[in-house]
Amino acid sequence: MSKHLYKYLRTEVFPTPFCSGCGHGILMGAILRAIDELGYDMDGMLFVSGIGCGAWIPSPHFAADTLHVTHGRPVAFATGAKLFKPSLKVVVISGDGDIASIGGNHLIHAARRDIDLTIICANNGIYGMTGGQVAASTPLGMRTSTTPDGNRERPFDLCKLVEAAGGTYVSRYSVHQVKPLIRSIQRGLEHTGLSFIEVLSPCPTQFGRRNVSGTAFEMLQTLKEDCVSRQKAETMGSEELKYKIVTGEFVTS
Amino acid sequence: MGYRKIRGVTPPGQYFLQGDEACAEGAVAAGCRFFAGYPITPASEVMEHIVRRFKDCDGVFVQMEDEIGSIAAMIGASWAGAKPMTSTSGPGLSLMMENIGYAAMTETPLVIVDIQRAGPSTGQATRPGSGDMLQVKYGSHGDYEIIALSPWSVQEIYDMTIRAFNLAERFRVPVFVLSDEGVGHLRENVTVEQEVTVFERDKAPGQPPFHTDEPGGVPPMPCFGDGEKLLVTGSTHDPFGYRKTQVSEVHERLVSRLVGKIRNRADEIVDTDSYFLDDGPDVLLVAYGITARAALSAAKVLRDEGQKVGLLRLRTIWPFPERVVVESAQKCKEVVVPELNQGQICREIERLLDRDVISLPQTNGETMKPTKIIEFVRERAVTQP
Repeated sequence: MSKHLYKYLRTEVFPTPFCSGCGHGILMGAILRAIDELGYDMDGMLFVSGIGCGAWIPSPHFAADTLHVTHGRPVAFATGAKLFKPSLKVVVISGDGDIASIGGNHLIHAARRDIDLTIICANNGIYGMTGGQVAASTPLGMRTSTTPDGNRERPFDLCKLVEAAGGTYVSRYSVHQVKPLIRSIQRGLEHTGLSFIEVLSPCPTQFGRRNVSGTAFEMLQTLKEDCVSRQKAETMGSEELKYKIVTGEFVTS
Repeated sequence: MGYRKIRGVTPPGQYFLQGDEACAEGAVAAGCRFFAGYPITPASEVMEHIVRRFKDCDGVFVQMEDEIGSIAAMIGASWAGAKPMTSTSGPGLSLMMENIGYAAMTETPLVIVDIQRAGPSTGQATRPGSGDMLQVKYGSHGDYEIIALSPWSVQEIYDMTIRAFNLAERFRVPVFVLSDEGVGHLRENVTVEQEVTVFERDKAPGQPPFHTDEPGGVPPMPCFGDGEKLLVTGSTHDPFGYRKTQVSEVHERLVSRLVGKIRNRADEIVDTDSYFLDDGPDVLLVAYGITARAALSAAKVLRDEGQKVGLLRLRTIWPFPERVVVESAQKCKEVVVPELNQGQICREIERLLDRDVISLPQTNGETMKPTKIIEFVRERAVTQP
């Protein structure tokens, strides 16, 4: 992590608990760079997270108010804090299992309310912390500790879900697209209403080793190749897009 | 910070209110300005009334997507500086259990009103019960303590709701107003006083929010946005909130304090009421909530018949009024516990007294009639050697 970002961190807790090759460190850096460039005072910010690897991005690392809650519930906790103290800038940072599976109900209702929260979903497509079980975001056919013969359930398209539920800023980027990701986090933070940013982050330890995805670097390369921008996707046929992940801003109202 | 007197928001005087409404009035009087809830019979009127009252005092109301969301939003609001409340009944309470443990672990003040109905499961939604007496204390996993108060009248649910907020703030703990459909839907007169005693949170900047050197003490609680860079977590944590999930001593010290801060101060919390205990009655009735009204009527009738019957009424359920129960039962021949469950509090009393305690259970979705207690005492209790 670049030294100029240390002022936003409780450096005494370093090193972070993330495995080597985990994408969450890149995401952590992107969030702090977005905050730094916007010139926000972290004392006016609250970071809420649930249970899982993604939830450890803010807690205990961020030198701000952090609320590390029960599995699946950070959006609901954040809703209470924001409603009672609207001056707080409230950001939820947690994983796909936390936000989209066990906490899916709170996500869609936060989008319906269009409450002024920024939700950053660190999506690694698997339950990493608990040992690599299948998630609601695991792509079809992928092997996990609970789908040894390959996942047979379709994954959620989280951006479409939040868009349909009424979210007013919705985007998806991978940790390989750092500059657009930082820009998107800034737009999400500046947006009034519910902003949802899905961030694809590789998990070499639990996802990669079961699926011959190679080294952490090769996983990032694959992510780069699999992601296509929204603009480019519009020029592609459905067969071509079958194994691609569309990235970009989907709702900017 | 600490206890102080404030002018109430409701003009002093007499009001004819439903129990649920009086509960909401008590909350507003105590300074509650955040309510997150979900509709459920027979507790919805608390929520509906507080929505009306919040218009006059800038309270924040949100109807959440479920009860899990309600208690989560309350905890978030509590750390943002609110005195939060929700109201629910059995099924909703069951959904809240995980986050009740979270509130206990993070020492978050909040008030949960449980207007009990006849369970288990959906049971009889519109009818009274007392089936949640143990669930409020033991429902979440791990070791922790909570406080639970049990009103028997509309006046008392008003007064006890104020006290519930003060105890929640004083001890940084979830407090239950453990009422029932009988009191919740009852309509009676309530006297509202001009002045209300409230407890204001000690914020103490820079102090550890999760430790105090005082054995079993209650640490100060700053708010989000105060610049304290708070670390709040349901994981085992050190005095400043850093996760310490692999250190045995930290866990032992934390859990012991969470339990100790309530157990060691039981005398400050416990509140009971007694009738006809001065002459050393042969039969002691121990009752609470709506059932205590039937028990008092029964005691009066039985005394008119010449039987020595007394009543101990539990206004606090948790921490359990151990000392008072033991003292009151000392000279009695029989202890009878009428209640709207299969003997939940009877068992707690049995644990304390080294003797048989007679349970008078009723789980038919109706309030207990005095005649049931009268006949039971006539036939069973006094005829025993």
